[in-house]
Amino acid sequence: MKKLLKRSIVATAIAAVSMTMMTTAVQAESSLTVVSWGGSYSKSQMRAYHEPWTAKTGTKILHEDKSGTGLAGIRSQVEANNVSWDLVDMLEGNAMIACDEGLIEEINYDEILAPAPDGTPASKDFLGGLNGCFIPQIYYATLFAYNDEMFKGEKPSTIADIFDLEKFPGKRSLEKIPAGNLEWALMADGVAAKDIYDVLSTEEGVTRAFKKLDTIKDSVIWWEAGAQPPQLLSDKEVSIASGYNGRFFGAQVNEKQPFTIIWDGQLAEIDGWVVPKGKLTPELKKYIKFITDTQRLADQSKYISYGPARKSSASLVDKHADTGVDMKPHMPTSPANFTNPIIKNAEWWANNNDDMSERFNAWLSK
Amino acid sequence: MAIPIYAGKLERTWYYSYRIICALIFLFLIGPILIIIPLSFNVQPYFTFTPEMLSFDPAGYSLRWYEEFLASQEWMRSIKNSFMVAIAATILATSLGTLAALGLSRAEMPYRALIMSILISPMIVPLIVSAAGMFFFYSSINLAGTFLGLILAHTALGIPFVVITVTATLSGFDHSLTRAAAGLGANPRVVFFKVMLPLVTPGVISGALFAFITSFDEVVVAIFVAGVEQRTIPLQMWGGIREQISPTILAVATILVAISILLLTVLELLRRRSERQRGLTPS
Amino acid sequence: MANTYSKVGEMTTNDGVPLKISLQRSQRKLKLWAFLLVAPLLIFITISFILPVVSMTMRGVENPQVANILPNVVDALYVWDGVDLPDEAAYEALVIDLTAGRKNKNIGKVASRLNYERSGMRRVISGSSRKAAKLKEGPYKEQMIKINKAWGDVTTWSLIKRESGAFTYSYLVAAVDYKITDQGDIVAKSEEKQIYKSLFGRTLMMSFTITIICILLAYPIAYLLATLPMAKSNLLMILVLLPFWTSLLVRTTTWIVLLQSNGVLNDILVWMNIIDDSGRLQMIYNQTGTIIAMTHILLPFMVLPLYSVMKTIPPSYMRAALSLGANPVVSYVRVYIPMTVTGIGAGSLLVFILSIGYYITPALVGGQSGVLISNMIAYHMQNSLNWGLAGALGFILLVIVMIFYAIFNKVIGIDKMKMG
Repeated sequence: MKKLLKRSIVATAIAAVSMTMMTTAVQAESSLTVVSWGGSYSKSQMRAYHEPWTAKTGTKILHEDKSGTGLAGIRSQVEANNVSWDLVDMLEGNAMIACDEGLIEEINYDEILAPAPDGTPASKDFLGGLNGCFIPQIYYATLFAYNDEMFKGEKPSTIADIFDLEKFPGKRSLEKIPAGNLEWALMADGVAAKDIYDVLSTEEGVTRAFKKLDTIKDSVIWWEAGAQPPQLLSDKEVSIASGYNGRFFGAQVNEKQPFTIIWDGQLAEIDGWVVPKGKLTPELKKYIKFITDTQRLADQSKYISYGPARKSSASLVDKHADTGVDMKPHMPTSPANFTNPIIKNAEWWANNNDDMSERFNAWLSK
Repeated sequence: MAIPIYAGKLERTWYYSYRIICALIFLFLIGPILIIIPLSFNVQPYFTFTPEMLSFDPAGYSLRWYEEFLASQEWMRSIKNSFMVAIAATILATSLGTLAALGLSRAEMPYRALIMSILISPMIVPLIVSAAGMFFFYSSINLAGTFLGLILAHTALGIPFVVITVTATLSGFDHSLTRAAAGLGANPRVVFFKVMLPLVTPGVISGALFAFITSFDEVVVAIFVAGVEQRTIPLQMWGGIREQISPTILAVATILVAISILLLTVLELLRRRSERQRGLTPS
Repeated sequence: MANTYSKVGEMTTNDGVPLKISLQRSQRKLKLWAFLLVAPLLIFITISFILPVVSMTMRGVENPQVANILPNVVDALYVWDGVDLPDEAAYEALVIDLTAGRKNKNIGKVASRLNYERSGMRRVISGSSRKAAKLKEGPYKEQMIKINKAWGDVTTWSLIKRESGAFTYSYLVAAVDYKITDQGDIVAKSEEKQIYKSLFGRTLMMSFTITIICILLAYPIAYLLATLPMAKSNLLMILVLLPFWTSLLVRTTTWIVLLQSNGVLNDILVWMNIIDDSGRLQMIYNQTGTIIAMTHILLPFMVLPLYSVMKTIPPSYMRAALSLGANPVVSYVRVYIPMTVTGIGAGSLLVFILSIGYYITPALVGGQSGVLISNMIAYHMQNSLNWGLAGALGFILLVIVMIFYAIFNKVIGIDKMKMG
């Protein structure tokens, strides 16, 4: 019996030691862990930012697709004083919360970010969103697209059409969060884009939005990951879906899907980088300077149709790297597409997301 | 169960409809698992049978999803991770669990029911609660996002199966055998290694298999505790299914079904061996 | 020394110790041995599992944010009557705490914490902390109210005072669709925000449905397996065991493949002209899909215990009942089924407990109507980040499961649990 005890203790010890060794072996080489959204978006970052950097410096970039739960990840890591992420791709609203909570580093923009080629300091070159901790990267839009093959006659073209199930039959796919859906519901109900947040700030406004959503609720399939809407459209599970414009673009040009984007009522928003607390090392600073310079931001738009967050990058936007499609007309910020946008109010959402989500989840479960 | 020749018409009808009902239930159990196997050889990226497949045209079939799977660094790494974590967790769970089962099966064991309840609690507590708890706790002691953390978590989840199977084997254990051996002059050590251990081994191995499959198939805790370097096969699949089901997932699924057939075979052979050894005749 | 114990007439061992004591000693030694064998695992499980679960549920009542980050305010409010606005001292404390919180970058934690209790508090706290840092000198009362009129509202202060303790019951209250009003009363939330009660109800209801379906499906095949000759039943048993050993994700995937609009089942129905192409059935991303997939996944957990009980019932019982002239149906209901009750009980509670806590399958195929309470806990863990509420919901879920486990243990006994 004692021998058995001894044997199992030895076995356990060996297992434990070998595990520790494996763990340390993996961490030995120089690397940065970058967290992002996955899919074609992460791919564009890999090709425009990470691969050139690895080629230049040899530093490996480990990619983790956890931006969907990025704030939770940063919060738990900082709370535990065990931060394994170096750079996190995040929405402006979440960055505000993280910045207020002291979870991420404050950024001295002109020190950390490279100036434009003509010498304009970074703080003047970025289009907005420089609110302390957040490093803007792209302008993107959440908007609707439909599968051409599902509509033989007239095609939907406005937000009101999305909510018109009689004229445009078929299921819809919407993101399983209140942001965006409430704005569109109000717009479909006749509220002008600039008044939406004023209306939403009233109890009646919120009720009005949910009432409008009620009219299509039974025909909605809810999505949670950015890759789902193009998939649902191409499978013809739904006829119209909301989604990120870059993903729809990717499906259009790379997979030749018969999708059409409805630019009306696009929900425009900034997305960018944040640095978890304690991670602003000299090495990371160099990396950030590289990936946010004018050329790199313009390069990213060769792979996905998101607008660079720098003024100086705009003129460098060129053709799609794989197919040669001219990218400019596909940018959410191009004037032809920017006719009736809803500018997402990140601060409003930072304040009201808890409340709206509670109500939204309750509404969903009914 | 065979139907007697003298059975009446009603009995015959009942007999056959009962058989048909059973066949349908078996189909429900096994059909879905078998249907993905041919689909994983689909040349098209669809999840349904194309006309070419239905007419058994070889052009409708291909190995492209398997090639994609084998060419993917991420999938290959997840296989390595899965096996590494599962094997380490199995060793830990089996050694600790077997020791405990030996203690639990002794008549003198104090607070038996209470201790048993604690030991099998990982099986009872809803996984999401375990996962959330481990996420907080392992984060606070710097074990989240490490192999060690994931291994310890999976060990905890596998332990109830080891404890239950080994205790079950021991409870069927005929103690007169050890007494006989002792009476014939064997010292306790010899009794343990020559008599007891061989009889317990099948239980230990099947407990180990359960622990292995528990870790190998586990995803909820992994979602919360594993970092990017610890991504396992189930985690990779979870991400894949949520985003878009590429048929690569069906190829992986087919491979996993093959693995489970293998495990099942091992388990069945063990069961037969154990029954032979314990002198139980198949009833 | 041992001899001192011995008395005349008592049985003793060779060295003179009374047999009773000697036996007790060796008994104690055996006990210790048994316990030592279990101890490593017990310690392991306690640290790696019990502790995490307990700390998770504790999050449902822990409330450190206000007390830690606004300590001066909490002190100043200690003597406050709660009727009129607090005096200058409280405002000064507020400015000190907000400034310090901004410097230490933890003010957001209080902001988030209070925002769960009342929407808009995030802006009040983080906005005020930004501006309070710039205030030069007192008196601060006027200046703070000018910065944000919420500081001129008594209910803001009573909220802070209410949440200043180290523990709170507000998460638990929220987890059953109630809320605490500004006056401190506990009232039901407004209709359009109620969710958890119905979600717990749905979780229990769906688990119940799945358990019943599992019994109905498992009973016939378990009976078949138990009564067929060994060779045949072993072969059929594979059909139960293979799904049991197959990855959960694989099985969920197959149901997506089978049931989706352009999936195999709909294709077959269209091909057979039962439905037309535009009328494809919605069988997944809803309650139906969840129930089908979960039944499939949990069915082996019902078949195996039933089978092992039925295996022990000699077929002669039924033959006896039949030969005594009992109607076959009556004899099954009156004789056979009662003998299998332990099997039904073991299987049902296993299936029921597992389905109450299910997460993966509902998350993948549940859509909006098939979501269970586990998914909501995951949502609060990963998306809303309201970890306190996640803790409270987890606690309630755990209590429900423990109740069923206790029943199981009482009625069937955990020793009866068998795997495969």
